[in-house]
Amino acid sequence: MNDTLLVRILASIALQAAPLMIAVTGETLTERAGVVNLSLDGKMLMAAMTGFVVAYTTGSLILGFLAAALVGALFALIVAFGSITLKHNQVAIGFVLTLLGADLSAFLGQNFTRLPGPSVGKFAVPYLKDLPVLGPIFFNQNAIFYFAILLVAAAWWWLFRTQPGLHLRGAGERPEAAFARGASVTRLRYLYTVLGGALVGVAGASYSLGIKIGWSEGHTAGLGWIALAIVIFGGWSPARGALGAVVFGATKSLATVFQQNVQGVSVVAFNTLPWLLMIGVLLLVSSDWVARVANLLPPRLRGGFLRLVQVTPPRALGVEFGQE
Amino acid sequence: MKVVPLLKRIWPLMPVLASLAFILALLLIFGADPATAFQALWQGAFGSRDRLLGTLAFWIPLALCAIGLMLTFTAGLWNIGVEGQLILGSIGASWVALNLKGQPAWVLIPLELLAAMAAGALWAALSALLKTRGKVHEIFSGLALTNLAIILTNYLISGPWQPPEGGSFRGTQPFQEAALLPRLFDSRFSPLSLVLMSIALVIVAVLLGNTTWGLKLKALGRNSRSAFLLGVSSEREAVIAMMACGALAGLGGAVRVLSWFDSLRQSISGGIGFLALLVVMLSAYRMFWVPFVAFFFSAVLQGSITLQLRTQLHSSLGGILTGVLVLLTLLFGDYNHLRRLRKESRPDE
Repeated sequence: MNDTLLVRILASIALQAAPLMIAVTGETLTERAGVVNLSLDGKMLMAAMTGFVVAYTTGSLILGFLAAALVGALFALIVAFGSITLKHNQVAIGFVLTLLGADLSAFLGQNFTRLPGPSVGKFAVPYLKDLPVLGPIFFNQNAIFYFAILLVAAAWWWLFRTQPGLHLRGAGERPEAAFARGASVTRLRYLYTVLGGALVGVAGASYSLGIKIGWSEGHTAGLGWIALAIVIFGGWSPARGALGAVVFGATKSLATVFQQNVQGVSVVAFNTLPWLLMIGVLLLVSSDWVARVANLLPPRLRGGFLRLVQVTPPRALGVEFGQE
Repeated sequence: MKVVPLLKRIWPLMPVLASLAFILALLLIFGADPATAFQALWQGAFGSRDRLLGTLAFWIPLALCAIGLMLTFTAGLWNIGVEGQLILGSIGASWVALNLKGQPAWVLIPLELLAAMAAGALWAALSALLKTRGKVHEIFSGLALTNLAIILTNYLISGPWQPPEGGSFRGTQPFQEAALLPRLFDSRFSPLSLVLMSIALVIVAVLLGNTTWGLKLKALGRNSRSAFLLGVSSEREAVIAMMACGALAGLGGAVRVLSWFDSLRQSISGGIGFLALLVVMLSAYRMFWVPFVAFFFSAVLQGSITLQLRTQLHSSLGGILTGVLVLLTLLFGDYNHLRRLRKESRPDE
């Protein structure tokens, strides 16, 4: 029962979702503070390359992850400096960094492509791993999976249950009010942009050191863009973002599983899934159609349904704030 | 007091020098001889007649996309999907080339170009409608549609359009000679494509500079709410601007399959759509600079292919040079902006 195809698929979905969860959490923190960091995809490529190359040359996974986090933080710092201090368009800077990250990672990693290297291993949680079904899915997992789950929980708690979290949301929701209460919006935005960037860096490294081990040009294959869409689908909440990550992780593992086990299923159909899903979920959370559907429901359920499906961005997301 | 105007005048050169210094550092780290590398870069772009024609041939679709993007940027739209619109253009042109057999060139070529423009416009319209009707940001729809276009290309190449000798995942069979654009000296450069690009440039420049429609787009770009109050239907203008951009990108895609290659290939776009976005940013969203900046990009990217052949260094170096240049120009290129910021932070001076 613990080794059926279904259990193996579910375990693989959980693992595929882990780097996405980490990246989504990082970007969610950044956007909650009011900054859109569009450079996600380039940052993940740079971090995936850096993480693998450093771990490969030093033999230390920890150093690999640290270096990747540093690269992610550095890219984020450029976005923060450009948009907060120099007051330029966030989207433009983020987009240039995305392309630059792709080229730079291809160049810097050129001598390290397709090499076998160190990787993060499985870690079985004592006792819990023997649970039927749940054991192999959740408690005999790659260490990256545990990190992702703990991170999502910690970020959710920080955002919605602590005083600093309230300040953080204030910077993205009503910066004038947060500033009036004595919070430095500029400092908060810098802090969470860089922190979010570091987490995205960790996500990139966890992909090249835990999921698809090694480095090749364009290694993370659009994962950063998918993470950006999940942040919206997740309504800027780490918990709902994690759910989104699982849905997208599922499309990836299902493609792999079906290709190996079912004859005649077109690879093409599965490759289109994440992108169709991306459009689909964004339509679901933001289009007016959903509200129209809601009107068909009994009034008692309407509000709850809309709250469940639709999302509102932080009010000052991407809006410049000059406090000096 | 003479120092400041001089500084102001040479200021835009600073990012150029800084990005060259960045490339120099990378070359030294990777143990390449900078003189050899820069020479290879230059010769790859301009070193011989064929190379110069190659640079021109790469320039045309890039400029076409960038010209189209001037419309969407003016309307305040981030048409990142231009890459996919170019790919759809390639597919549209290939569809005509592969299906209309035995027709003369004067029938085939106009039909190919029209099909390419229609396909590009269609892909752009999807993005635009998702935005206006579905409130999905054009960055996401554009990106998803680009990836779908890539998957569609791979499907066509390995499936219905595979060469008779079997699918190789690399490309379709070469098109009939009459379907290809006439090319200069057996190169990849087609003079006709240059004519088309020049016409597009003039039309878009006039549209933006001298028509009410251009004004409407500008109003839309500044503030979509005030444009709405002024009576500009933001939905209609946005959809039209996107479709016009898609059509020009599609034309660029046709040039890719009918003159750069002679068939539909796996990576047909060569990243031209994404590059075009950088071209427009570096041109500071001004039409005058677009063709020149696009030409510069084309030269750097063609040069970096020769660089890879001669020094074994990855050709992404060209992309790094242009990327760093655009980044530094965005951040520090505007002298007056920096001065203003400094004044604001020190109000007592």
